Amino acid sequence: MSHANHHPFRAKPSLGRTFEAGVFWVLRSTAYIILLCGGFVFGDIVLKGSSTVFRTEFPFVNTTFLTEAPESLYVFEHDGVKREMGDREFRAFRGAEARKAEAAGKPAPEIKATSYVYSAGGIYPCIVGTVLLVVGSMSIALALGVASAIFLNEYARQGRFIRVVRLTILNLAGVPSIVFGLFGMGLFVIFLDWNVSLLAGWFTLALMVLPVVITASEESLKAVPQGFREASLALGATKWQTIRKAVLPFALPGILTSSILGIARVAGETAPIMFTAAFVVRDKLPWQDLERASDFFFQGVMALPYHIYVVSSKIPQNEYTERVQYGTAFVFLLIVAAIATTSIVLRARLRRRYRW
Amino acid sequence: MIEIGNLDFHYGPSQALHDITLNIAEREVTAFIGPSGCGKSTLLRCLNRMNDLIDGARISRGAIRIRGVDIHQRDVEVMELRKRVGMVFQKSNPFPKSIYENVVYGLRLQGVRDKTRLDEAVETSLRGAALWDEVKDRLHASGLSLSGGQQQRLCIARTIAIEPEVILMDEPCSALDPIATAKVEELIHQLKLRYTIVIVTHNMQQAARCSDRTAFFYLGKLIEFAPTREIFMTPSNPQTEAYVSGRFG
Repeated sequence: MSHANHHPFRAKPSLGRTFEAGVFWVLRSTAYIILLCGGFVFGDIVLKGSSTVFRTEFPFVNTTFLTEAPESLYVFEHDGVKREMGDREFRAFRGAEARKAEAAGKPAPEIKATSYVYSAGGIYPCIVGTVLLVVGSMSIALALGVASAIFLNEYARQGRFIRVVRLTILNLAGVPSIVFGLFGMGLFVIFLDWNVSLLAGWFTLALMVLPVVITASEESLKAVPQGFREASLALGATKWQTIRKAVLPFALPGILTSSILGIARVAGETAPIMFTAAFVVRDKLPWQDLERASDFFFQGVMALPYHIYVVSSKIPQNEYTERVQYGTAFVFLLIVAAIATTSIVLRARLRRRYRW
Repeated sequence: MIEIGNLDFHYGPSQALHDITLNIAEREVTAFIGPSGCGKSTLLRCLNRMNDLIDGARISRGAIRIRGVDIHQRDVEVMELRKRVGMVFQKSNPFPKSIYENVVYGLRLQGVRDKTRLDEAVETSLRGAALWDEVKDRLHASGLSLSGGQQQRLCIARTIAIEPEVILMDEPCSALDPIATAKVEELIHQLKLRYTIVIVTHNMQQAARCSDRTAFFYLGKLIEFAPTREIFMTPSNPQTEAYVSGRFG
């Protein structure tokens, strides 16, 4: 064998090889296009949003935006300088000017300002509202979802009836969120007379993510080896003891994974809360001025996605509202990322503890 | 001690056991042998009612009595039965918890909280399963960090921790290498002094080595039941003879 390149396995150009390469590139470019779209959307929000949220000078974060309620923005010219002020600041300024003029014995100056709704101040009440909605509805969804998954997978006799139940649950996932919103309004807001409230929003959102949670919980329960159940039962455990000690702990990481997907949906949905829980604007924070502790649950809140909706479609558009829109979207992404990271960390911890 | 009388067993419409009559003696090792699908595992799982878990599985005739009590009677608490009749499975299935927690699982279920009692039980059970010396320094390591043979002995330790009277073993060595198998077989010899053991095995040499009596099953019927030596040396049934001499199965 003097010529090494004359071995029998030498690659020859052929139609099959060209086709193979073509398929590879088609698949690869599809993935890249998706990446590009995602990158563009996120990049746009991060780029434009960060200029609202971050500052170049200390403390580098726009604290007003993160810690105060929305206000109207007043733009006016005074002494030849263009000024932008929030509602409260503007009124204080006008008062001061009037007093100055009075002291000088002149009539109060008339300040002609153009006002822009919601373009000043911050989105603190929306952040609070969204976090409350996510935490409450996910707790409800997990409690109900895990319970029914346990019933479906561990207790129920697998027959036609259970198949129908499962199919119904799956179909529920395809119901548009606005339908959930209207259903929630009909049942919780009107029929149960909870009004537009946190509680109504919690249950509406929980119902919406329930199919996802149930299906995923069932999958995680199925993934727990049958041997664990048999071993536990053979040691004299009851069915419930078996589920609690030898099945559920090992299914939890999987259940948490599903809830991470649920969190993103719950946090982002606008339609289900617009009739059930969200206020366009609310001055008080949920824990302020409560007459009774139970009132906490029966009050509406502001929420990030609904605020984005309001500032981008319910008020006249201009350069000032755009800042709020992008800023809110950016903060929203950060919050979803933060909540998701928390559950990922939790899941990783559980996985380390229970690995098989 | 265990009397099986005229037992018929069905999975849905198909009959898995036909008219089985068999007495299992106390503190002896009884082996069930036979080709795959002959019903030996089914019969074993009847003895602690693990078949209850399977939809459509039922006993259609006959009864199983343990110390004279029909275990399928209505007033039998199945959890109590399983505490008395423990089981070791084909695939070792320790929980993904520490060795210690694996052993005390059954005791914790019974509400035992006393630390000294649990510690004692762990040592006695692991010694009983010939595993103590290998794991005494790492009781809090995961049960899954053990080798296959050790895992199976851990499962045996877990079973004897709740002090059953009978231990059922469903092909306990089928996933183990010869050295681990030898250890488990040696262990069976020791356990025999305190427990009644019923073992299902595919491995005829294993039945010959460690059992006192052997039952040969074929197609859901009990073909022959006799002292092990007889089954292997002078089987009375030609089918048994063909099977143990390796001509089929």
